[in-house]
Amino acid sequence: MTGMDSQRHPIVTESDVVRVRQVVRTLAVAAKLSLVDQTKMVTAASELARNTLVYGGGGEMMIDLVDSGRRRGVRAVFIDTGPGIPDLDLALTEGWTSGSGLGLGLTGSRRLVDEFAIDSSPGVGTTVRVVKWSR
Amino acid sequence: MDVGDVGDGWIEPLSERDEVLTRWVERVAGDLRARLSVPELQRELGEIYTALTVALTAGGTDLRAEQFGELRALLADLSSGRARQGFTPRETAGTVFALKEAATAVMEKRNVGYRDYVRFSEFIDELGLFTFETYVRTRDQVIVEQSNQLLELSTPVIKLWEGVLAVPLVGTLDSARTQMVMESLLEALVSTGSRHAIIDITGVGAVDTQVAQHLLKTVMAAQLMGADCIISGIRPQIAQTVVSLGIEFGEIVTKATLAEALALALRRDGFRFVRRAAGAEIR
Ligand SMILES: Nc1ncnc2c1ncn2[C@@H]1O[C@H](COP(=O)(O)OP(=O)(O)O)[C@@H](O)[C@H]1O
Ligand SMILES: [Mg+2]
Repeated sequence: MTGMDSQRHPIVTESDVVRVRQVVRTLAVAAKLSLVDQTKMVTAASELARNTLVYGGGGEMMIDLVDSGRRRGVRAVFIDTGPGIPDLDLALTEGWTSGSGLGLGLTGSRRLVDEFAIDSSPGVGTTVRVVKWSR
Repeated sequence: MDVGDVGDGWIEPLSERDEVLTRWVERVAGDLRARLSVPELQRELGEIYTALTVALTAGGTDLRAEQFGELRALLADLSSGRARQGFTPRETAGTVFALKEAATAVMEKRNVGYRDYVRFSEFIDELGLFTFETYVRTRDQVIVEQSNQLLELSTPVIKLWEGVLAVPLVGTLDSARTQMVMESLLEALVSTGSRHAIIDITGVGAVDTQVAQHLLKTVMAAQLMGADCIISGIRPQIAQTVVSLGIEFGEIVTKATLAEALALALRRDGFRFVRRAAGAEIR
């Protein structure tokens, strides 16, 4: 899998989350994802960006187009240096929230994308990487 | 002032306030071609000049230091004011850079050395960059404000029929916006005595868990006021995504189109739709 030039977008305000959605939409179109897959990727990105903002205390998204030789895709990585997630299993439990959300952001976005990897250490921060491939 | 320090030789000449300030105002007034009056500039640049020389006299040239607080505030005022008045970033930073040329004559007269002059120049560059940053930040803010105004404009409550209200949502649904939608919908339900509310999300690009939560809240509030609430305009790609996310709309009635939602509301009110037989007269 090779990545083309990647873009970096700050996530520090609510309007950055809106911008993230727009950027992801643009790249999803460029990767020739179907309308449903575009919407799934945009929605997953929206969830993860809001987590970065709300729980991670802000951070950034790195996004690029990827090419596996056979298919194109969009890869987005959400990075923060916030408190981290002490119990990943718990955080990945459907309906569990430490705040006042629905607790469906992580589990839901995992289902919406093709690849999902989360890396979090307490006191260091959280990184979530997702990829959506064209069919 | 520690005049003896190498590199600080540019600070003392700035005490020739009248000469430097007059030139500075002249230059800026020329650059901005009378869009700001000379007295205005005299006041604005005069304050900045005072803050600048006072801070420099206290020692140090680090803009982030405490003694530069007043200067930073004045520069921030200047650039956010310019951004809002529609001046370009070039014109705005140019106001600060003009101080370089304005001070050149006194620097020459005082035989300020090359190295000192370079320091002076670097310092003014810092001020210019600071101004530029504030300018950009203000412009971003203006954009956010404008889009907030657009949001308010774009959430009208429409009366579709006697007793049936609709809110077509367009764009993104954040907390502030939902609050606004909810308030205007509830108000309209009361003031019109309507029993049906339709929230149409045809124009919403993505429904994430936050949007869903906001929608659920709005529907619940409307139901508490005794109104029936229908969500319409759930496009296929949104429906699939919402299901994958694991969101359940439970008891809430959803319809694919606004038309279907209206038909349902009217049926609930006891209306029946009958198509006139071909050839029958309209009376
Ligand atoms: N970037 C992050 N940093 C710290 N904690 C996080 C982060 N992302 C998610 N979490 C934790 O995981 C929980 C579940 O997240 P999510 O599934 O998105 O649900 P919700 O946002 O509704 O709480 C959050 O309540 C929070 O405790
Ligand atoms: Mg979340």
